[in-house]
Amino acid sequence: MRWQQDPILDVQHLTMRFGGLVAINDLSFKVGRGDITALIGPNGAGKTTVFNCITGFYKPTEGMLALRKPNGSQLLLERLPGFDINWKAKVARTFQNIRLFSGMTVLENLLVAQHNPLMISSGFTFLGVLGIGGYAKAERAAIERAKFWLEKTRLIHRADDPAGDLPYGDQRRLEIARAMCTDPLLLCLDEPAAGLNPRESLELNELLLSIRKDHGTSILLIEHDMSVVMEISDHVVVLDYGTKISDGSPTEVKNDPRVIAAYLGVADEEIAKVEAEIGA
Amino acid sequence: MNAPSITTSSAEETQVPSRFNLQAALKDAFKTALITLALSIPILSYKTEQNGGELFLASRWWLVAAVVGIIFVLRVLEHAFLATKASRKALPDPHQATEPVHAEPSAYQKVSRFAIPLFLGVALSFPLLVYLVQGGLNESRYFVDLGILILTYVMLGWGLNIVVGLAGLLDLGYVAFYAVGAYSYALLSTTFGLSFWICLPLAGILAAFWGMILGFPVLRLRGDYLAIVTLAFGEIIRLVLINWVDLTNGGAGISSIPRATFFGVPFTSGDDGFAALFGLDFNAMHRYIFLYYLILGLALLTNFVTMRLRRLPIGRAWEALREDEIACRSLGINTTNTKLTAFAIGAMFGGFAGSFFAVRQGFVSPESFNFLESAIILAIVVLGGMGSQIGVAIAAIVLVGGPEMLRNLTFLKAVFGENFDPNEYRLLLFGAGMVAMMVWRPRGLISEREPSVILKERKAISGSLVKEGHG
Ligand SMILES: Nc1ncnc2c1ncn2[C@@H]1O[C@H](COP(=O)(O)OP(=O)(O)OP(=O)(O)O)[C@@H](O)[C@H]1O
Ligand SMILES: [Mg+2]
Repeated sequence: MRWQQDPILDVQHLTMRFGGLVAINDLSFKVGRGDITALIGPNGAGKTTVFNCITGFYKPTEGMLALRKPNGSQLLLERLPGFDINWKAKVARTFQNIRLFSGMTVLENLLVAQHNPLMISSGFTFLGVLGIGGYAKAERAAIERAKFWLEKTRLIHRADDPAGDLPYGDQRRLEIARAMCTDPLLLCLDEPAAGLNPRESLELNELLLSIRKDHGTSILLIEHDMSVVMEISDHVVVLDYGTKISDGSPTEVKNDPRVIAAYLGVADEEIAKVEAEIGA
Repeated sequence: MNAPSITTSSAEETQVPSRFNLQAALKDAFKTALITLALSIPILSYKTEQNGGELFLASRWWLVAAVVGIIFVLRVLEHAFLATKASRKALPDPHQATEPVHAEPSAYQKVSRFAIPLFLGVALSFPLLVYLVQGGLNESRYFVDLGILILTYVMLGWGLNIVVGLAGLLDLGYVAFYAVGAYSYALLSTTFGLSFWICLPLAGILAAFWGMILGFPVLRLRGDYLAIVTLAFGEIIRLVLINWVDLTNGGAGISSIPRATFFGVPFTSGDDGFAALFGLDFNAMHRYIFLYYLILGLALLTNFVTMRLRRLPIGRAWEALREDEIACRSLGINTTNTKLTAFAIGAMFGGFAGSFFAVRQGFVSPESFNFLESAIILAIVVLGGMGSQIGVAIAAIVLVGGPEMLRNLTFLKAVFGENFDPNEYRLLLFGAGMVAMMVWRPRGLISEREPSVILKERKAISGSLVKEGHG
């Protein structure tokens, strides 16, 4: 129950309305520091919308999103401007429909991810243009970091190829590498295993476990593939129609009749019947 | 990197006919030579010459024969060269390849290897070449003037390239910053008597400031909306220049702007003039040649700074913004500031070019800064290939130098009658050229993108992957 004792992200009473449509309705959950937390739910449940609220693409209609830094200070994400959520709060994300800079090389993609530190070392461009200051050194360090992540995601041999030329699975891994280059505390992955073949999916699991173990990055992921969820996550939150219907360890959630009902599309009255059938 | 077996085997299957076929090559070369002959008869075969008061035609059939012969030989050689190259490596399609492939040298790389030193050499020695060909300083006036004009547009194209080509923000009002630069120099020098070298940075700063002023309201706009607002901004600046008579003297413009000096030494015939100082005979052309090198220096500065910026985080952020703004935001890039810097730096170079324009003309009026100018500068950028420096330079030469060539096509009068003025068909040809380009090379002359940083191997990025920006 690490998410109760030491949450890195505390979502409280999050509500997001689009006109009349309530995409998220009074959602509260916690993401444990160092945990792999899975956010699951049927199509249109509002998972991506939760990510968009966390990463500042939507301003929540109501609610609070508190990010707790390791030093105990707390940042309210809903009050930060969009780009500061990555730079100040150290939350990185990937997208359900991959968003790479397809006309730039793989290496360039990873350097763009290190924009803010590089900007500082180039003296906000003024020193960099004149060629003074430590920019060259900072750029070499940034390339080293990019190389590290390329090796880790096994993309190093494609470093000079345009990102748009990579096959789908590689693009997914590159997006994760790019997010990791921003040195995040919390990594939000929107369906990272979508479209991967079983072998790639296994590799992805290993990559995520190693990110958590070696870098202490907490991971929040949206996933449809139950085998992935059950295998690697420590904590599962289930959404349906914008409300939380279950929250707990993978085994707890797996046996929760309401989750089963939501996934099988059973009406509320019939839950008892379903429960009886599956012997829960 | 060694190519893995999968890719080599697929390469063999798709082997292109690579043997050098002499017969086919000769046939093709003959066709090319015929076309050359047809083209060169009207252009090269006769030249008007003057002998005293008389004008007569001198035939130059030997020149036609030489050109046709050269083209024939070159074409055969080209076939031989391409055939040997194709047989050396037949490549699989690199698109979506699961393994890296060695890239063919791209159009950019092919052009840049020869063209950049060539262009630079020609640009640097242009006044000398013209002097030698025309046989005198006064005779070379026209061509030096043309060189100055082309370089001004090269510089403007490079400046706009930052905004349109790199940051992907469609700006239809770039001429506004050109105007701000020109009027800054005109007003500062006539009212405060400041010298060109002080006004130049001031004009740049003022234009950059106006670039930001424009930037703020349009940051939220995309695509068509952005284009329309920037277009309106260009017109607003021009209308202000016309109507704020107290400051700008309205439509009459500002005249007697101080001329360029050689770092304080005026180009006059007096004892303290440039000619006297360097022990030369006074010639008005000295000033033009100085202006030529001045604009060449400014253009090269623009190019140098742009190339430099592309390799700095700000330049990569511009390009990333063009590719995907949402992803940029998720990586912590302040998109607002990044767009503003693109507007400001692009505008700054427009301002520099503007103050050069004022110092060259000695006269500015709102007439010089109409929408057509913006359109031509944008056409230069689009035609050149958005983001490509060398492409923009070539496009500027074609679009600005080309119409000038029309003036010299006087032989057409013999065909179409005395009242025919080829120059009147400038815009028609311009439009036809644009349509043709959009059909054959929709991404511009040089559409490939050069990576700003490489780990092992330089590969150009096909234009089809590079986004054009969304506003
Ligand atoms: N910008 C928006 N404007 C209006 N409605 C939206 C917007 N974004 C999301 N929605 C709606 O909110 C609901 C939840 O969408 P969301 O994309 O979060 O679902 P999801 O759980 O990610 O589904 P999937 O598994 O298909 O990705 C949907 O009904 C969707 O139509
Ligand atoms: Mg989704």
